[in-house]
Amino acid sequence: MKQEIKPLNVLIKGLLLFALFNLVIAAWQTGVGQLSLYNILYPGRERLPFGENPKQSYNLSLFDLDAMFASHVIAGTPKTDDEFRVVIVGDSSVWGTLLKPEETLAGQLNADTLNACGKTVRTYNLGYPTISLTKDVMLLSYAVQYNPDLVIWMTTLDAFPLEKQTSTPLVANNEEKVRELATSYGLRVEADDSNFEVKSFWQKTFVGNRRAWADFFRLQIYGVMWSATGIDQVYPSEYEKAQTDFETDESYHDLTAPLTEDDLAINALETGFRVVGETPMLLVNEPMLISSGANSDIRYNFFYPRWAYDDYREIMTSLSERNDWTYVDFWDIVPANEFTNSAIHLTPAGENMLAENLAPYILENCK
Amino acid sequence: MALENILILAAASLLWAATFRNHGRTWFMLIASVVVIFWLQPALPIRGADFFTPIATLVLIVLTWFITADDATRKQRKNIIILTIVTGVVLLLNLTRFLPTDFQLLTASRPPQLETTLIIFLITGLTLLAFSRLTRFSASFLTFGLVLTIGLFLLIKIPALSLWLASFLRTLSGQSLTNVSINDFRWLGFSYVAFRLIHTIRDKQSGRFPSVDVGEFITYVIFFPAFTAGPIDRLERFIKDLRAPFSGLNLETFYSAGQRLLLGLFKKFVIADALALIALNDSNATQVTSTFWMWVIVYAYAFQIYFDFSGYTDIALAIAQLLGIKLPENFASPYLKPNLTQFWNNWHMTLTQWFRAYFFNPVTRWLRSWQKPMSIPMMILLTQVATMLLIGFWHGVTWNFTLWGLWHGLGLFIHNRWNDATKAKAAAWAITPARQAALNISGILLTFHFVAIGWIFFALSSPVTSWQVILRLFGVN
Repeated sequence: MKQEIKPLNVLIKGLLLFALFNLVIAAWQTGVGQLSLYNILYPGRERLPFGENPKQSYNLSLFDLDAMFASHVIAGTPKTDDEFRVVIVGDSSVWGTLLKPEETLAGQLNADTLNACGKTVRTYNLGYPTISLTKDVMLLSYAVQYNPDLVIWMTTLDAFPLEKQTSTPLVANNEEKVRELATSYGLRVEADDSNFEVKSFWQKTFVGNRRAWADFFRLQIYGVMWSATGIDQVYPSEYEKAQTDFETDESYHDLTAPLTEDDLAINALETGFRVVGETPMLLVNEPMLISSGANSDIRYNFFYPRWAYDDYREIMTSLSERNDWTYVDFWDIVPANEFTNSAIHLTPAGENMLAENLAPYILENCK
Repeated sequence: MALENILILAAASLLWAATFRNHGRTWFMLIASVVVIFWLQPALPIRGADFFTPIATLVLIVLTWFITADDATRKQRKNIIILTIVTGVVLLLNLTRFLPTDFQLLTASRPPQLETTLIIFLITGLTLLAFSRLTRFSASFLTFGLVLTIGLFLLIKIPALSLWLASFLRTLSGQSLTNVSINDFRWLGFSYVAFRLIHTIRDKQSGRFPSVDVGEFITYVIFFPAFTAGPIDRLERFIKDLRAPFSGLNLETFYSAGQRLLLGLFKKFVIADALALIALNDSNATQVTSTFWMWVIVYAYAFQIYFDFSGYTDIALAIAQLLGIKLPENFASPYLKPNLTQFWNNWHMTLTQWFRAYFFNPVTRWLRSWQKPMSIPMMILLTQVATMLLIGFWHGVTWNFTLWGLWHGLGLFIHNRWNDATKAKAAAWAITPARQAALNISGILLTFHFVAIGWIFFALSSPVTSWQVILRLFGVN
């Protein structure tokens, strides 16, 4: 017998189910991002997802760290007895702007097939294209779960200014994770930091958080194109070269000479070392373009006036000695012609120079 | 149509049907359709073009009605009232140019000066007056209408002519020719409009044209649910629904239309749009290096185009159903058909039927009427290839659409001959259900893959790239 349809009942039941679904999503915050087609249906990505032009790069930027890591090759690579696992964190220079995965620092180190303490060195690129020590610490806290034998933290002065720590979108959209790091490891975060995108309960529901859900699904779908093409960023045939001529400008953020430790997020650096714990970590001051153009006696490059950068290097050296950190300063090892569109982005040849210089330190730090 | 456009139109239709029932329903459909052609027309780089293009659509429709309507219908006073109201709607839309930018929601860009629109209406009015006063309507008017519509169609579909048109319009509006492009002039919905106009003119020529007033005719040609993506209804069928008393929305219709709408939205905005992220296109055609993944992106395109078209059809049917109009079905599981002929009988059915009625059948009849008719196979080859080539050209006069048409034309011919030669043997072999199923499944797989490979020409813009993709599919680098 055909049952009569009662529209009001259908409407009420539908609305209730919809509301319930949203409430469950809002309350159940754990690990949907950990579900991934990467490393199962298609290979994991060689670097963390990042891309502003998904249709061309088959990649996109999202803020769900679980989803980001689940799409990475490290999540699908069980560590074997003969693997010496190295993870590299840092900014866009580590991630590899304008470089193919095999041309990045991690790619070049893997191509070298290094052998450390009788184990094959396998390097994982966990760099991410924004400059902030806090962002790096956040990614480090994820990286340690993959049991690295060595962590390489590539950094530069521009990751240190206090106001840059939480302003990067990846940090700003992961307030809970950063607060967790503050509680567990003493990362210094202001209680009322206005950079954070604090989500209300409503914004955590499926409807309120629909953008994140859409990003999650799109990341899974773009896995097909990543698998099919191996492309994960747009490689323009022409790009604007890094700036080499400058105005007579000695300013650096709102800071004044001399630069002191108080001006910088040294606490984030210290937190990074606490996060990795017993795992050896190599702190590397990354290479930068040393310009010889107009006013290069005042500025090294677009990012840095000479006074600030010179002070920074001194601070880093004394800080490392004081804390017994393994610190390597590669600031000037790459000639100016091996930089691409930025004072810190290297050409494949530049990355190769960096890898050659870094390799001995990896071998020295195996246990 | 974007999601918000669809939701607004569905809500408006639902509200009207539920509130006013039959009162003013035809007026609602007419006025909504007129507004929608302006609302959906995309912004164009040529000054004023996105406002004048819908006006051109309306003028063309009115002129076509004028030459196809019989004398008695043409002279009815209500036509003047209808035209006055349509003109008023357009002028009101034009007047929105004086609203602040934030309130100009119904046109892609700020409407042009009112004077130009008035001049266009004046010229149209005078033309209609001259037509009605100076001469009796003869077959030559219909032929002229047919040639004009086909001419405009070619102007838009042939890239070289489109470029010329864009240059002409840029010059006319005093714009630089530096950035002129074939994409400068996009006449939204014209392909479907042209088909409906040709259909009515041909029906008039063959004496099958029903008597309709100008409002009914305009509503038929630009009926808003089907304006952008079909289906291509037939006038005599459409007006039956339009004239039938509409007792308002009942629960059964509401559920049925609601389900269809949700299904269409899901097909288009979830499945098709997701598949579009990985479907074959000019960019990824050369980037994919493995055979396996090439098949994946070709399959993705095949399903994307199906869910896109059929999703829009579901949406159109659902919105029309809310207003008491039952548009014809356009897709019936085409990928589950065991041969190419059946595929085309179930893919974009109204388009196929249109070509069958207005091209294939007349040409076949004409060929048969020859004193020394050609052989049947030759006739089938000629008519099927020509029909499919025309369907290809309907999408665009390019080498790739030509190849796509040729691919299907030859495919249909080969199937026809194969079927003729093996029908008896196949029937004798498939004597058990298992054998029938095997035959059916292998037919479905073969047909689907034939169609999927054909989509390569459809999806890409260059024959060279298409050929490279085909080679890659078969493991040839």
